[in-house]
Amino acid sequence: MTGVVGAIVEAWGELRIHKLRVLLALIGVACAVTAITGVTALVSMLNQAFTEQTERQSGRSVTLNVNAWPRDAGAAAPAGWDEAFERTLERYDITYASRNEWTQALVRFPDGTRATQVQAVDADLGTINRIVPEQGRWFTDADESALAPTLVVNEAFLHAYGLTDLSSRPIVALGDRSPVTASVIGVLHDDWPGAEPSAYVLYEQFHRWIGPDGSGAQSGGSGPTTADPMMPVQVPTMFLWVPADRSAAIGESIARDLQADAPGWQVEVMDNAFDDGGLDKATTWVGIGVGGFALLLGGLGLVNIALVTVRYRIREIGIRRSFGATSGRVFFGVLLESVVATVVAGLVGVVLAVAIIKNIPVERVFGGGIQDMPPFPFSAALVGMAAAVAVGALAGLIPATFAVRVKVIDAIRY
Amino acid sequence: MSLLELTDVTRSVRLPDDRLLHILQGVTVAVDAGEHVAIVGRSGTGKSTLLNILGLLDAPTSGQYLLEGVPIGKLSNGDRTRRRGRDFGFVFQQFNLLPGRTALENVCAPLLYARGRQFWSRTRLAAEMLERVGLGDRVDTMPDKLSGGEQQRVAIARALVRGPRVILADEPTGALDVDTGGEVMDLLDEIASQTGAALVTITHDLAVASRAERQFRLAEGVLVPISLDTSSEWVGDVPLVADRSSHTERRLPDALVSVDDSELHA
Repeated sequence: MTGVVGAIVEAWGELRIHKLRVLLALIGVACAVTAITGVTALVSMLNQAFTEQTERQSGRSVTLNVNAWPRDAGAAAPAGWDEAFERTLERYDITYASRNEWTQALVRFPDGTRATQVQAVDADLGTINRIVPEQGRWFTDADESALAPTLVVNEAFLHAYGLTDLSSRPIVALGDRSPVTASVIGVLHDDWPGAEPSAYVLYEQFHRWIGPDGSGAQSGGSGPTTADPMMPVQVPTMFLWVPADRSAAIGESIARDLQADAPGWQVEVMDNAFDDGGLDKATTWVGIGVGGFALLLGGLGLVNIALVTVRYRIREIGIRRSFGATSGRVFFGVLLESVVATVVAGLVGVVLAVAIIKNIPVERVFGGGIQDMPPFPFSAALVGMAAAVAVGALAGLIPATFAVRVKVIDAIRY
Repeated sequence: MSLLELTDVTRSVRLPDDRLLHILQGVTVAVDAGEHVAIVGRSGTGKSTLLNILGLLDAPTSGQYLLEGVPIGKLSNGDRTRRRGRDFGFVFQQFNLLPGRTALENVCAPLLYARGRQFWSRTRLAAEMLERVGLGDRVDTMPDKLSGGEQQRVAIARALVRGPRVILADEPTGALDVDTGGEVMDLLDEIASQTGAALVTITHDLAVASRAERQFRLAEGVLVPISLDTSSEWVGDVPLVADRSSHTERRLPDALVSVDDSELHA
């Protein structure tokens, strides 16, 4: 116990005495640890940004995409598709799911009524597709029982009303024969410049207030819809967010169940599982490469300075031997000096990396920003610290071996 | 049983031209606890080699060295090192204080290799020892800010802080003026007698040697007891150098030099 504490005290004393040389040697090590930790954290943020970007397009991993279409043009619409949707959620204990119906609604813009693209969805789509409105909010379950439909529109929709924000709490009229008024509760970024106006509406509200033809005919109830009598009958797509490890089995079961509910229809279940391992590995290796090279340079500097210092300290080592310092203690002491120094440098490096990562302008660097900011990778910090300790040990090994070989009498007279 | 006992100890080194240089030849001496022994001899006569063997810094080529009756040759390197730290205190001619460390840190240094109470109370013990050598007000002073005499006092405090059984002083006054050297020796004698430690002083200063209870002369590697009468102009059968002022160092003649330093440490 006293041996270990004594060695640490001794090593710390040496570092304190040789502040400048330690500082110079350790800048490289600290930078290397910052690089390893920081790059790993950046890689993890980059992966998260990439994942979220992908999930905005196709839903969280793994989202099952259930589509059904008639095998022949005369097939009748499957009865109780919405009930089948509810049964599926219950049977497979699916927490987040949404129906998605691409349709049109007649919207009374200031310059006239236009058929406007509308997606009738469930509130969970916001979670599944990571939808974050630019202004206002996304739907909640409470909106489904509202007495008037609510809309989340794109910027083009809002601009078509001559508005730029929701401060006036805009209300729009939908339908031509029996128009209904709808509140705009959220605004999304346009998907591309010059996008046409479009809106999201809750599936239940759409069928309750607006009707399958988008006229506002208040058809009441939900079910298979067709906006155009000439168009084939269709059912809404289902998005089901399921656990990744069971997605394949659940997908097969759901396809079988729904197929039984929809005779004459073809039911297909696809998943959005994607493998981003390639990017992950590549960026990780870039991080390790950069950090490793920096560590090598820092370590070489440390070895160099440690060797020079040990030569300079030969007499001191001899004097310590006269105090009863065993060769093991001298070896351990010199080694520990290096390790203690690199541990301090490693800590500085990690703190620096945390400071950098926490102050990165995420929106600017990663485009759309990151919704679920990955936690700071403590594993990377540990790897950085371990690398620093390893470099310290290796850098201390040579001078420590040299120190042990010093003859006590020669050293005292040096 | 003597504290230290050398019997027929020799020490030889092989020179680059393959000749054997016999630094010590048949040295036999015993030192008891609390005794003050002085060894005189000119530079290169093997005084420091003898001191290094006594202090377990070097090993004899042949002969036996008993430390409290224990043959040193049977101890492992680690045991020898630990006994060196525990039982011996060294005082060097050039002080050998650790640079960049305060007087207190220098005195603390040997306690870093101690165990138990000595280790955990090292700062207090070091401060007390500095107080004892009259440097209680200089604990935070760096060695380069201390006078030669003060530096040697720090070195003495450092040598004594672990309570050694033996104090080995290698030319302790060699780098000091006569008055300061006298004060340092007074201090060494006083503390050695207070602690009951044996004091082995190596010197070529007869005034310093005369303080010891027993004196030996080392010439050509052979250790012989002498009776040193400070009023005498002779050390055994060898005449002293002319200056006989009571405060002036009296040197042994060149006749006692067997080999020079360069040969010894080649």
